[in-house]
Amino acid sequence: MKITPKDVAHVALLSRLEIPEDQVEKVTGQLNAILEYAEMLNKVNTDGVEPTAHVIPLSNVMREDEVEVSLARELALANAPEQDNGYFKVPKIVEG
Amino acid sequence: MDYSVVIGLEVHAELKTKSKIFCGCSTQFGSDQNTNVCPVCLGLPGVLPVVNKRVVEFAIRAGLALNCEILPFSKFDRKNYYYPDLPKNYQTSQYDLPICVNGYLDIEVNGETKRIGITRIHMEEDAGKLVHSGNITNSNYALVDYNRTGVPLIEIVSEPDIRSAEEAKAYLEALKSILEYIDVSDCKMQEGSLRCDANVSLRENEQAPFGTRTELKNLNSFRAVQKGLEYEIVRQAEVLDEGGKIIQETRSWDETKGITLSLRNKEQAHDYRYFPEPDLVPLQVSAEWVEEIRQSLPELPNARKQRLMEAYGLSSYDAGVITASQAMANYFDVVVGHGADAKAAANWLMGEVSKVLNASNISITEFAVTPENLASMLELMQKGTISSKIAKTVFEEMVASGKDPATIVKEKGLQQISNEGEIVAIVEAVLAANPQSVADFKAGKDRALGFLVGQIMKQTKGRANPELVNKLLKERIN
Ligand SMILES: [Zn+2]
Repeated sequence: MKITPKDVAHVALLSRLEIPEDQVEKVTGQLNAILEYAEMLNKVNTDGVEPTAHVIPLSNVMREDEVEVSLARELALANAPEQDNGYFKVPKIVEG
Repeated sequence: MDYSVVIGLEVHAELKTKSKIFCGCSTQFGSDQNTNVCPVCLGLPGVLPVVNKRVVEFAIRAGLALNCEILPFSKFDRKNYYYPDLPKNYQTSQYDLPICVNGYLDIEVNGETKRIGITRIHMEEDAGKLVHSGNITNSNYALVDYNRTGVPLIEIVSEPDIRSAEEAKAYLEALKSILEYIDVSDCKMQEGSLRCDANVSLRENEQAPFGTRTELKNLNSFRAVQKGLEYEIVRQAEVLDEGGKIIQETRSWDETKGITLSLRNKEQAHDYRYFPEPDLVPLQVSAEWVEEIRQSLPELPNARKQRLMEAYGLSSYDAGVITASQAMANYFDVVVGHGADAKAAANWLMGEVSKVLNASNISITEFAVTPENLASMLELMQKGTISSKIAKTVFEEMVASGKDPATIVKEKGLQQISNEGEIVAIVEAVLAANPQSVADFKAGKDRALGFLVGQIMKQTKGRANPELVNKLLKERIN
């Protein structure tokens, strides 16, 4: 499957990335090169192999339902670009 | 024309754990904004979420109560989207291997039992809350509280088996009742701990392929679920009748206007790009663990309802009303356990007791009258110590003071007068004082008898045994 400039625009939007018009062709080429490289994996015969859910051979790592101390609010908000009365303040949302 | 309606519901229930799903922050509702947050639930770089065992247990509990298969191998996935209530820009959820699949729930509509399939139940984290300043359309910013981010949810997805707004409401009520019985969620729609989205479509008949569906959001009460669906069904029928096409879209129910409105997404179609969550290892649920949880399940609403019908001869309707709430059913069991007549107990619970609970907006667990005291009151009635009319006075006093009924009867002198001699004297006095009414009655005016009974009751402050009064009055007047 070839990536088109239209796909690039779509993925950029989903990722909230702004790709300048004159860069789209270059990025399209790069993405295609990456995907072609990954295509190699399709040569491996995976008949009867369960899809990998996780690369570490572990399961059932769980914690007990106990409350621990949370962050102080000043710390929680320390990296917020803007704050207001203990809230994170964010730009207007266009609801989808 | 008449269309056949197809509805599927997606219900989110917040689980009542103490801590969040992937971190130790408290799940306490109503805390000060941004005080139950930590690096994990704020999605700061480099943190490692660990799943809360109680969340997995509760999800399995719900799965078993809803007749699901519990998958022995399950995993978490990332659902990617950008919205400011989601600090990580993805929601940790379950995609292709949810913990529970293939269940069902039996509901009752118009006296008939219907089975609604449950496709799946999966675990996920809740998102934060946006507080809009001023009008949502013209404010330039929003405020975010991340306390709710990471509160555990289960999403219960039904098959498109529901055929009317009424069935949807019955399904939601039955589901709420079960989740409360198994004690995994508070199910308070007004606080958002139970939320419902509905997929609705119409088709020409039951055999036709499914039509294009719309998704309804913002159904924040049982009434909203029913009204919203009723509106949307009519709206779609009108579009189709005019030869139009239904657009697949999300619509929001506007409670005050009583209409659904399109939430058209100008930017993009949702494209969640799910992929396995690398920070969480998979779950392997052993048959032993499932069995242990199964053994711990309480008697469920339908079984309890059947028991009340068989053991006490209650009607399906009465048994259904009483067992809809586990607390009410427990209360009933104690009242009957103290020897009260089951039908009388059921009538009082559904009548006077429910009236008081609704008026003061409290649950039966907060009710001033203990089940033991209600049982004593019913016994006083049964023995004839108090009449059913006086019982209401006693009951009001029990509600107000919390005192036991025997004390109230004694203090207020409310014992029923069943002594024939005592009543005869009063009857004769009333007859002597009202010759006109006696004459009226003899002339065929039945209403005159009611007046005379009223006079006798007035003189005894309602305490005269009414059957005895009627008998003695008729004997003497004829
Ligand atoms: Zn946290």
